[in-house]
Amino acid sequence: MKFLILSLLVLSSFTAHSTPAGDSQALRDFYQQQFPTIEFSEYADGVYAFDADSKAAWLDIKQFPPYEFSLETGKILFNRPFSNKSQYADCFANKGIAIAQLYPYWDETKQSIITLASAINDCRLKNKLPALAYESDEITYLMAYMADTSRGLFINTRLPKSALPAYERGKAYFYQRRGQLNFSCASCHVDNAGKFIRSEILSPALGHTTHWPAYRLKTGKLGSLHTRFKVCNRLIRAKVHEAQSTELRELEFFLSYLSNGLPMNGPSIRK
Amino acid sequence: MANRSTIKIRSKHFPDYTLVRTLIAHTMETGRNKNQDTKALIPAHFIQTLTFKHNDKVVSECHMGFGISKNPFFSFKIKQAKLGDKITISWKDNLGFSDSKDHIIQ
Repeated sequence: MKFLILSLLVLSSFTAHSTPAGDSQALRDFYQQQFPTIEFSEYADGVYAFDADSKAAWLDIKQFPPYEFSLETGKILFNRPFSNKSQYADCFANKGIAIAQLYPYWDETKQSIITLASAINDCRLKNKLPALAYESDEITYLMAYMADTSRGLFINTRLPKSALPAYERGKAYFYQRRGQLNFSCASCHVDNAGKFIRSEILSPALGHTTHWPAYRLKTGKLGSLHTRFKVCNRLIRAKVHEAQSTELRELEFFLSYLSNGLPMNGPSIRK
Repeated sequence: MANRSTIKIRSKHFPDYTLVRTLIAHTMETGRNKNQDTKALIPAHFIQTLTFKHNDKVVSECHMGFGISKNPFFSFKIKQAKLGDKITISWKDNLGFSDSKDHIIQ
């Protein structure tokens, strides 16, 4: 018993001093140990890394992806000038091309997390245009186009010192059990990742931010990462936070940091 | 979006057949869906005929109803097609709209 208490003390003192880099490495080591045959880069494909049959079907759909019309619309919307002759490209670094992998990031001056969706709306407000609803088709198509230009680039979420509290809150949200079913994000996506939940495979948390927006075969349209967060919370019968709320942005920031170094492959297709 | 074609076609030539795939942008309203705000029924609007031509000869004419999904996807396997042959896919819906697109197999 004494040994147990001692080891618990050691463990808790160890976790109290855990660093983001340590968290990330610990999670990667855990998955590596659980699934030794899966390469690190394969985590960008989500559940399709786990099942050859569904991967084959998925690759077949990707040959002629159903989101192509949405992607085209996104490109047109992105390049359409505003009434003041300015356009979305003027708001972003590198004219908005190949920058999606840098989002979300911590804004020092605003002291908040800027996601791609919020950056698009900030751009609209700057140009005296009404903000788009965060789950509207228009903003999703814009994000799809911007994500498409970043395809193949590696997620690069930087974590300055002042962003640590936000990171820690995102991490706490991920591991906090909640809802009537008393699940945390980690219950499914760490503890039981790769296992079946009824007929579906649970995806690992590593790679959760690579492939958005995703065309869901179930809904028949592109949806954003925050839409998916909302679905998760609803399924575990917990409080559903609004898309782009502080909680979900911090969660996205945390997950994105974990997925650093994985290739962007959005927009993509999910069941 | 008025000038954009609603039809996308891609083909792949194999030694013994050619695979032609098409994706069509169409709402395919059944007539039973309701507008979420007004609760009024959305009028039916769906493709009735889809015609597949190989070198201007009709190979397949599909008679469709409202049971087909939004933005439908079809794939055709044709045996006699050669590289450089012309494929024409066209549709016509219940409200009289239509579209057509040519594609060269390569």
